[in-house]
Amino acid sequence: MSRGPTLFNRVSVALGLVFLYAPIVLLVVYSFNDGRLATVWAGASLRWYRALLNDAQMLDAVWVSLRVGVLAASLATVLGALAAVALTRGGRFRGRLGFSAMVYAPLVMPEVILGLSLLLLFVALDLPRGFWTVVLSHATVTLCYAAVVIGARLSSFDWTLEDAARDLGRRPLGAFLAVTLPNIAPAVGAAWMLAFALSLDDLVIASFASGPGATTLPMRLYSQVRLGVNPEINAVSSLIIGGVGAAVAAAWLLQSRRTAPTRPSLRLRAPGPSCARSPRS
Amino acid sequence: MRRRRGGLAALVPGLWLALFFAFPFLLVAKLSLSHTALAMPPYAPQLDLAAGWPGLVETVRGFDLATYRRLIDDPLYLKAFASSLGLAGAATGLLLLIGYPIAYGVTRFRPATRRLLILAIALPFWTSSLIRIYAWIAILKPAGLLNKALGLLGLPALNILNTNAAVLLGLVYAYLPFMVLPLYAVLDRQDAALLEAAQDLGASPRQVFWRVTFPLSLPGAAAGALLCFIPMVGEFVIPDLLGGSGTLMLGRTIWTEFFANRDWPTASAVALVMLAALLIPILLVQRHARVAP
Repeated sequence: MSRGPTLFNRVSVALGLVFLYAPIVLLVVYSFNDGRLATVWAGASLRWYRALLNDAQMLDAVWVSLRVGVLAASLATVLGALAAVALTRGGRFRGRLGFSAMVYAPLVMPEVILGLSLLLLFVALDLPRGFWTVVLSHATVTLCYAAVVIGARLSSFDWTLEDAARDLGRRPLGAFLAVTLPNIAPAVGAAWMLAFALSLDDLVIASFASGPGATTLPMRLYSQVRLGVNPEINAVSSLIIGGVGAAVAAAWLLQSRRTAPTRPSLRLRAPGPSCARSPRS
Repeated sequence: MRRRRGGLAALVPGLWLALFFAFPFLLVAKLSLSHTALAMPPYAPQLDLAAGWPGLVETVRGFDLATYRRLIDDPLYLKAFASSLGLAGAATGLLLLIGYPIAYGVTRFRPATRRLLILAIALPFWTSSLIRIYAWIAILKPAGLLNKALGLLGLPALNILNTNAAVLLGLVYAYLPFMVLPLYAVLDRQDAALLEAAQDLGASPRQVFWRVTFPLSLPGAAAGALLCFIPMVGEFVIPDLLGGSGTLMLGRTIWTEFFANRDWPTASAVALVMLAALLIPILLVQRHARVAP
């Protein structure tokens, strides 16, 4: 069987990667540009990164975004894990169809619709719009991603282990915390980081849900971008891409860490370097 | 026992999503039947809960379909609708053409390389689309990097920033990972025994691809197309930054009605019409996407 990549395969993958990364690389390179014009190279410098340190509004927006991201991702991970447990382990409970629709629909729903409907909810509830409404909105949208990531791991988890713990006298919640949770911990970590990355990136939903006094980083960036290309935006953007890239790569490493097969007999048959590192209760 | 616990775990996220995701659509529907008013919030009639049942009746009496009538009468909205579907459709077609060779190419590498390539393709999806689209402005603008490169090669300059062509490029760029990943998932799971059987029976590599691999990968293509098409129809950032003043897309229309014109009822009505048009594709996605088999 001819399995190796042909020249055509190599070229299409390479061109795809160039297409995806060339704009990002150019953006990062020009963030080190000494000139004021974003597309005329005038020597390398850290000038725009230094300018960033003095931009109080930008730093303020970074701080808002980081706090929103941490809170929203934490909420989303807890809610998403519960949703994933219900969907993989819940059997045919009442309202399952509606529940799964609510978990999956936000993944593809245009952001403008999500933002608008959340804003109308906050108006109807008379909640003052600001920091907390952005947290609630981001938690709602990202919990669906968390549910998918954790659900993928749960669907390959051997539930007889949890049953065993309960047969040995653990209460349901205790068995879940002692046996299941450590096993799905990498997926939980991955879900948190992805939710954090999504929250950090979001412009549309935050713009609807936020109010005066809570300007997130993407909102700040957007108002600058509309005024034109400028090297300081390149500098912030490079930092964001670096940060988000690191978070996602870490999430990926956590998630793809090979699971030790959960059945003891299999574990004996398949010892490997990765088994030793795998979380186990 | 198991059954009850499943329902129990669903309780909190279920209530959460009902409040923050499902219920707000009723508010959007209600608002689309209202009309604008110079007040805060800027629409009437208001539901006055203190007035009890008569108040509710009063509110419902205030509803009308005037907003929807305006959507039909004003060609602007029909144009935005048509060009949203058109641009999203064209971008989906291009994405299939570009994404398929990439996804198929990746499956031909060794597993370790494959995993790295998939990470490399997925990574941009998680980074801000605002920033990635901003990066294209520097490339596409008249004195930008693209025209400099073309100038060096002695080719005529290309001015596509602020046109629909730039929007199309931006859509394809931003959604490429969305297309490649589902295609890859299907292609990668394909049973090697099937391919070997076809080969043993005398099929050439080309025949194996077109008669076995390709037909079996169509569900992945359908999933990728839906995953891209639905959010693209409502896309805001890409038409706003790369499109011109003439680029009408529904996401941008909603944004403008809401933030610039402060016409909340119209924004709601446009959102509902868009949602209705996307409901069938969304239901298809929901049938495909299952956490567990």
